[in-house]
Amino acid sequence: MEIRMTDINKSFGDVQVLKNAGVHVKEKEIHALMGENGAGKSTLMKILTGVYMKDSGKIEINGEVQEIESIRDGENKGIAFIHQELNVLNEMSIVDNMFLGKEIKNKFGLVDKTTMAKLAKEKLLLLGLDVDPNTLIKDISVGKRQLVEIAKALLMEAELIIMDEPTAALTDKEIDLLFKIIRDLKEKGVSFVYISHRMEEIFELCDEITIMRDGEFIGQKTIAETNFDEIVSMMVGYDLDDRFPRVDVEPGEVVLSVKELTHKGKFEDINFEVREGEVLGFSGLMGSGRTEIMHAIFGNIPFDSGTVYINQKEVKINSPIVAQRLGIGFITEDRKNEGLILSFSVAENTVMPSLRTFTKNKLIQKGQISEVVAEYIRKLNVRTPNQTINVGNLSGGNQQKVVIAKWLITKPKLLILDEPTRGVDVGAKKEIYEIINELKKEGVALIVVSSELPEVLGISDRIAVMHEGKLKKIFDIKEATQEKIMEYATGGGV
Amino acid sequence: MEKLGSIYNRFGTIIVLLALMLIVTIINPQFLTMYNILNIFKQVSINGLIALGMTFVILTGGIDLSVGAILGFSGMILGLMITGGTPDLLAIPAVLAIGALLGYFNGFFISKLKLQAFIVTLATMTMFNGLTLIVSDGIPASGVTKDAPVLDFFSQGSILGIPFPMIIFVVAFLILLILLQNTVFGRGVYAIGGNEEVARLSSIPTNRIKTWVYVISGMMSALAGVVLTSRLSSAQPTAGAGFELDAIAAVVIGGTSLAGGRGRLFGTFIGVLIIGVLNNGLNIIGVSAFFQQFIKGLVILLAVILDRKSAR
Repeated sequence: MEIRMTDINKSFGDVQVLKNAGVHVKEKEIHALMGENGAGKSTLMKILTGVYMKDSGKIEINGEVQEIESIRDGENKGIAFIHQELNVLNEMSIVDNMFLGKEIKNKFGLVDKTTMAKLAKEKLLLLGLDVDPNTLIKDISVGKRQLVEIAKALLMEAELIIMDEPTAALTDKEIDLLFKIIRDLKEKGVSFVYISHRMEEIFELCDEITIMRDGEFIGQKTIAETNFDEIVSMMVGYDLDDRFPRVDVEPGEVVLSVKELTHKGKFEDINFEVREGEVLGFSGLMGSGRTEIMHAIFGNIPFDSGTVYINQKEVKINSPIVAQRLGIGFITEDRKNEGLILSFSVAENTVMPSLRTFTKNKLIQKGQISEVVAEYIRKLNVRTPNQTINVGNLSGGNQQKVVIAKWLITKPKLLILDEPTRGVDVGAKKEIYEIINELKKEGVALIVVSSELPEVLGISDRIAVMHEGKLKKIFDIKEATQEKIMEYATGGGV
Repeated sequence: MEKLGSIYNRFGTIIVLLALMLIVTIINPQFLTMYNILNIFKQVSINGLIALGMTFVILTGGIDLSVGAILGFSGMILGLMITGGTPDLLAIPAVLAIGALLGYFNGFFISKLKLQAFIVTLATMTMFNGLTLIVSDGIPASGVTKDAPVLDFFSQGSILGIPFPMIIFVVAFLILLILLQNTVFGRGVYAIGGNEEVARLSSIPTNRIKTWVYVISGMMSALAGVVLTSRLSSAQPTAGAGFELDAIAAVVIGGTSLAGGRGRLFGTFIGVLIIGVLNNGLNIIGVSAFFQQFIKGLVILLAVILDRKSAR
């Protein structure tokens, strides 16, 4: 299917979110759509799939001007949208999810389960997924859920599949499988629009790329003829000279040391330490136990054995309250479910862990709060119209800065950042690295867990590599390379 | 409808209250007399006290179905203590402590054992009702206020012409308002309802706060039990039946989301008055009791619809 969207305009109220935006996807093509958060990618795709109506502009499908009136209309025209937050019901079976709202009925008007299961199985096998279609969604991995969504798209004979950040929650193995399937489908004539922040994936998978900024079409490039820097500068509108600004600080005293930390089935015999003014990177595949260790140190999940020392003193951290009192801050990987209350204001979120310090005679001093919040909004360059807006209205990068502000106000001596730049656009990423550097200069001990190797290599002083619950190796930054880290992260290198 | 919702959100339930008062007054001007207004406050104070406590619970995303049962039990204990010779000045605080203890019992299961509030308080409601029957043998304690001047003052007393139940309600409202709006505890209540996991990871003592909201709810219910026992001058074994629903209705009419995290104590205050004005006003304009039920239900439904619209 060939799709050409030209001069698309769309406003919400007074805000124009798309200005002459467009994209041209050819048949049998994997087309990347890139832009910072808020650039209008999702809105453009929602117009293509009938979620929103365009104000003006033209959509051509296979050379013919078409209007897409509703989601159902978009589906009938062969366009499927696989959202980042998968649209599956966890308590229902695979087959029920695939046929949701489009159930096949038998001559009695009842749902024809046998036929549905047969068709579902067919499509699943096509994707190399050999599972019983009656398995509940919650019993299969996130990677497989993604494939179920693709199978669903095939079921409605989609000729264009739009995928929004499909790999965000997948393991490397699952990503490889997904890419293989996408390429296979492309050979069979399916086109893809692929939205992702992960530049490496785009170069690996896509044929063409369209870059958007501030709701506008900026340019289209052939992947083979462009490079990382060109795309980034098109996205941000200026040259981003250095992706990973680095500062060198002489590390001070040991702040945290962990000895023989074990939680059976999650991680085992973990030993490491972090010093003042030092960034310890944590690398490893998803599910290798990195996040669990951080939650254990923060007192959020218990561990079976081992000891944690803060400033050389043994401590028992059995709740986040104790952790905070000891000067630990924790920026979790799941911003939406663990970091922020999206329906609460920027100010309310920002002071959540530090609220106790803003009281006088037990009463909260609201004036003092808004002063401090304003100070941190300025310091971290949080782009928000005011403090009272719901934090859910901010872009991913600015939300992340609010989470960081939340912990900086508590003046931590150890700050743990778990995937601090996930879902954050390139410009904001660099700002976050600069904040990390600033903290390093102030002598804060930092742990950064990250799945992005260039990031870990770019900001860490030492890198701990995890594999299946074990800490395989701690590299000094001088000896670390992507290859070496991957070797240890995948179980080799011993 | 969207617009209606946002107006409702901004000006709260006050518009609904004023509109109701206006309608009733037009039909029967007798409604808007000082005497009747004070009377309404007197009538709503019991439901009001429970609803104030219930607001804390609902803001955390919980629910307390056992409030009526706690009211009944504490009223009965009060009746038995006083008829048994305990001075009322001693019996009243004792009963408040019992209410708090029963609330703690709820809170313990809900926060520590992570059980669903609906199920826990449904079970304890039945248990506490049973306890009331056990201690009373199903027999009311009567003539309770005869030699208990302090207890009698709880319903019959007045200060500067203002009935004492109204004073209790308003003072309790003001104290709880400060607790909710201006203390770390109160903000924690909102945070838990907003997203408990985020709250916990922000080093907010979620378990402790969740336990405490049920303690507050239990204590407020016991206080309501004291006022009711004083008013009836007797303790009935089934006195508490149905109070939970009126309290929840007042909270919801007041704009607090049953999902937690969003709502205001002032809304509950107005919600309580709306229910009071409905009861009183429909009586005054001579609507039959059957219709009264129906209209009350309709108002609750309307409030929820408006609330839903404004939340979008």
